[in-house]
Amino acid sequence: MGRRAQNKQGVPLPLDQEKRTGKVTEKLNKQLRNNIVKNSKPGKSTRKSLEDKGSSGGSKRKREKETDNSIAITKSRKSSAVLKTKKDLFEDSDLDQGTGGPESGWDNMEMASEDGEDSDISMGSYEGTSDSDEDEDDSKELAARSSDFLFDKDEVNSHSDSSDEDSAEEDSTEEEEEEGEEEEEEFGELGDIEKKSRKLEKLQKLEATLAEEEQRDMIERNEQEEDFFEFTLPTEEDLAREAESPPDLNVVQQRIQDVVHVLNSFSQLRESNRSRSEYMNQLTRDMAFYYGYSEFLLEKLMQLFPVSEAIEFFEANEVPRPVTIRTNTLKTRRRDLAQALINRGVNLDVIGKWSKVGLTIYDSPVPIGATPEYMAGHYMIQAASSFLPVMALSPQPHERVLDMSSAPGGKTTHCAALMRNTGVIFANDANKEREKALVANIHRLGVSNAVVCNYDGREFPKVMGGFDRVLLDAPCSGTGVISKDASVKVNKTEQDFNMLTHLQKELILSAIDSVDANSKTGGYIVYSTCSVTVDEDESVVDYALRKRPNVKLVDTGLDFGREGFSKFRGKAFHPSLSLTRRFFAHTHNMDGFYVAKFKKLSNKITSPSGENGSTEARSTGGEPKPKKSKKKRSD
Amino acid sequence: MRPLTDEETKTFFEKLSKYEAIMRQATSIGRTNLISLGICFGKFTKSGKFRLHITALPYLAQYATYKIWIKPNGEMSFLYGNNVAKAHVKRATDDTPEHQGVVIYNSNDIPLGFGVTARSTVDTRKLDPSAIVVFHQSDVGEYLRDEDTLF
Repeated sequence: MGRRAQNKQGVPLPLDQEKRTGKVTEKLNKQLRNNIVKNSKPGKSTRKSLEDKGSSGGSKRKREKETDNSIAITKSRKSSAVLKTKKDLFEDSDLDQGTGGPESGWDNMEMASEDGEDSDISMGSYEGTSDSDEDEDDSKELAARSSDFLFDKDEVNSHSDSSDEDSAEEDSTEEEEEEGEEEEEEFGELGDIEKKSRKLEKLQKLEATLAEEEQRDMIERNEQEEDFFEFTLPTEEDLAREAESPPDLNVVQQRIQDVVHVLNSFSQLRESNRSRSEYMNQLTRDMAFYYGYSEFLLEKLMQLFPVSEAIEFFEANEVPRPVTIRTNTLKTRRRDLAQALINRGVNLDVIGKWSKVGLTIYDSPVPIGATPEYMAGHYMIQAASSFLPVMALSPQPHERVLDMSSAPGGKTTHCAALMRNTGVIFANDANKEREKALVANIHRLGVSNAVVCNYDGREFPKVMGGFDRVLLDAPCSGTGVISKDASVKVNKTEQDFNMLTHLQKELILSAIDSVDANSKTGGYIVYSTCSVTVDEDESVVDYALRKRPNVKLVDTGLDFGREGFSKFRGKAFHPSLSLTRRFFAHTHNMDGFYVAKFKKLSNKITSPSGENGSTEARSTGGEPKPKKSKKKRSD
Repeated sequence: MRPLTDEETKTFFEKLSKYEAIMRQATSIGRTNLISLGICFGKFTKSGKFRLHITALPYLAQYATYKIWIKPNGEMSFLYGNNVAKAHVKRATDDTPEHQGVVIYNSNDIPLGFGVTARSTVDTRKLDPSAIVVFHQSDVGEYLRDEDTLF
């Protein structure tokens, strides 16, 4: 077993030797080169520096052995015991073919390491068929060699780290040495074959002990891994070289893990000459490649989380969320709907404690968007996260509600259901094409209190104001729904973000201005996005709070989700932003989402310290009048 | 179809008056910007006839006197726009005359659409199973099929 493990590993050669034979992989080569560069630095012993800066995983171990070997070579002419042993075995079997000889040893090394086991087998067959002449030569050489190697063995042992192993090891080697001498004496008397087999046994035994030793060594090393975790950040040259060859996902993934590990305990594991930003840059580059994001977006998203959580976030974006439906309480009850769907063979469950109308569909033999129940308007296919803003808004019966960007109507119909089809909902959307779906859904779900209109949301307080509640599910970059639409990963640029945040800021102000603060039951505005970036969430809300001092944030009424950031990367937001809620795919198993709820305190804007406050006060100050007149007319 | 009963007339106009309130509120929405208001019952054809749409179904179903229930195996066939065959009929209101508007339900009492009877209930008994009993007029599948043209 020990041997097998060794063979898998491959016996390492001295450094320059490996390079010459071309056995080393490109990756290893790179690391070796790194080490050479580093070794030239003063103030560190060769071994120490090599161990510190070794690479990760299997190659690390390989290289450490190499180091041992090279030391052994430099200290004594004779090379390491393992290598010799192998070589001996190989040459034994090789002699038939007449290629054996001490000079050819190094050239055969690679083969020997690979064919270690095969050579054993050929030995067996060789024993039966050997010529006596050749045998004599052979065995003489072997004997000489084996004493050589035994000597080596001792020396290697003296290099080895663990002292308690040494004593046992030495005992055994001494024994073997004696045996070897004996053998030399008895050479003529005993049968060649018998002798050979004995020798072979001995060698095998030795190798077994060596393997064991190595294994123990490895375990120790693993234990110490925490102390000297080895990872070398690739240099620019390395990256340039990597860029030439086709990219290897495994290498990149391994590097991501390593860098994350380093970053998690940075002071201990860092390379002293590399800064945190260098690590972060490498990580960003690798993750952008691995998950297929543009580096701009990836960096933006990375800022939201600690590094290891960011990985969870990106992983969660690769997995689709479960299909969820919302019961249309205007037409049926959740229990009845669940029963009807179960009868159709649908496997479902309630969505969670937080919703009384949601169902999660695990799998279904029929298309869930074309069952008779769906067509009869008993449910709506709607992401779990889309329930949240409506629950936060909690529209009451007989109110006048505005849904500023309503298509395709999931939230609008949810509002209507909560209002029991009373009052009026103004469902607005700027996109006429999308409104077709909105109208179809409104009719299908039997919503009779909706007025669908097609305005730019920014026109709104002028078209109509004085609403009891306004829902603004703002157009956004969609960074929360990457699992649904992966094109976001690459097609959103900084400009898009600037444009969107600008639009969102305009929309949120018109939403606030459209609400009547004197409403008996309402006066609330809910702002939500399906994006997780701070630019589109907290920044916009903070902007609204600054521009409209007549609103304040209130609790969303959602008892889960994370608190919004009240400060982010040096920016300080209004402290009440902790009342807003964030939702993430990796923590809540729903799309990334953001919900903020405002209460409007007065219709008059007391001008904030800014100079533009007065103009706004004027422009919006005029609005309550038309609102009132409209109200009178409609009453 | 048939004259509405007093009760039906009352409910119908109550409904309409409710829309009137919504309609008044909607006056502030510009003509070109108004997409939809309340529930669309149907459309007038160019020749002046009135076509009920599937969107009127909840109201028809509420007040229908003649109903037909169909079996689960006929459900999807009807929802794809086909006429109802006799084999698919589970139950029907007795004494339904010929060419009478009927609302079609599935076995769970969910209204699926409406149509016109091909035969009276009495005549239906003599027909072979594949014969058509109700001519299809409208079904809820149209929400998916004709989403763009329906409104």
